[in-house]
Amino acid sequence: MSGVMAQRPVELILARQLASGLAVPVLLVDAQGDTIFFNEPAELIFGLRFDDVDALSLEGRLEILAPLDADGRPLATERLPGIVAVRERRPAHAAFHLHGGDGVRRHVEATAIPLESAGGHVLGALVVLWTTKGAEHAGHP
Amino acid sequence: MRATIWGSRGSIASAGPDTVRYGGNTSCVELADGDGTILLLDAGTGLRRAGMHLRDSSVPIHILLTHLHMDHIQGLGFFRPLFEPGRELHVWGPPSTTLDLRARLTRYLSPPLFPVRIRDLDSIVELHDAPSGPWQIGPFTVTAASVVHPGPTLGYRVSAGGATLAYLPDHEPALGGLAGGPAWTSGHDLAAGADLLLHDAQYSDAEYAERVGWGHSSAAHAVAFAEVASVRRLALFHHDPDHDDERLDGLLAEARGIGRGVDVIAGCEDTSFELSGGG
Ligand SMILES: [Zn+2]
Ligand SMILES: [Zn+2]
Repeated sequence: MSGVMAQRPVELILARQLASGLAVPVLLVDAQGDTIFFNEPAELIFGLRFDDVDALSLEGRLEILAPLDADGRPLATERLPGIVAVRERRPAHAAFHLHGGDGVRRHVEATAIPLESAGGHVLGALVVLWTTKGAEHAGHP
Repeated sequence: MRATIWGSRGSIASAGPDTVRYGGNTSCVELADGDGTILLLDAGTGLRRAGMHLRDSSVPIHILLTHLHMDHIQGLGFFRPLFEPGRELHVWGPPSTTLDLRARLTRYLSPPLFPVRIRDLDSIVELHDAPSGPWQIGPFTVTAASVVHPGPTLGYRVSAGGATLAYLPDHEPALGGLAGGPAWTSGHDLAAGADLLLHDAQYSDAEYAERVGWGHSSAAHAVAFAEVASVRRLALFHHDPDHDDERLDGLLAEARGIGRGVDVIAGCEDTSFELSGGG
């Protein structure tokens, strides 16, 4: 192999293509849990444009979106559905609040499924999101 | 490294007076590089003639299967070395977590589709899942990776003596998008900077529009992919069985017209390429 070796696994390429054509908000993470793509409907939830952030490390995503559990405490990383999916190789679901890059706090639910290749390697996870209550302004409990 | 095309037709063999120049046999490419090791990319109907040509050799033969569609395995049952007592053969193919390669190949190489079972062959046949990282076969460094095509499908990158050949006979990168740059282009890392790329070019643009998702490329997609991957030379491959020599001449001319930095050539049966790192 030579040159720039930055190509994503083909399963993630196809998942991105699928996500980019859906009206359902979708986030894609790689095997480390780093964000590699989110579609336009997800941009509305995150209050961020994907083109502005491109790829986001897990830490970077947590810093910007600062997810909170139902009691208002920071959501533990290991409870994030996308992280559960890639680490434990199982589907996962969670409800939480997150802070959009636009300053709006939203209540969201997320379901993640692990993406495993035919060869048995965990490549990442596809996370479907939806807002379950109206947007809440930052600062309101 | 010497590459010989024994078959470049897609889907089904198409022998006849209208396909004599491009050839009618399905996918099979032989690679050799001095030390005698023989690599065969795919086992389409072209494999039969490759086998006749290899019959006096006693070196191990490695067959690298991209996938198990019939046009890529049909030659196996008619490959003479398979019936030579004591002959060592290795068959590599896409891994699967459900059925192993032997079980999947046995669906074809067993009655009623074929009279002989793999276990009854006189040769010593070893089946392997292609590893996820590069591996060595004699002088060849081989890399396999999944590419966009229905069912588990690999493309191959083979390097030896400073030269690199990329082989993606069944590939629809347009389905994953061709505008996302290297990171989001299926097959990119296999083909990056290759001296010669053999790539799916089954359709015209109009035909592709009616067959999106079938797993193949238009000649224009093959050129676009070659440009993203910065390959030196692109050989159009996996020709549609309904395209006669004249039609393929036309597609080649169109592809040459749009290929800016890529030398576009015809992947014709019975042609050989001498590849060296310098191009
Ligand atoms: Zn094919
Ligand atoms: Zn195929």
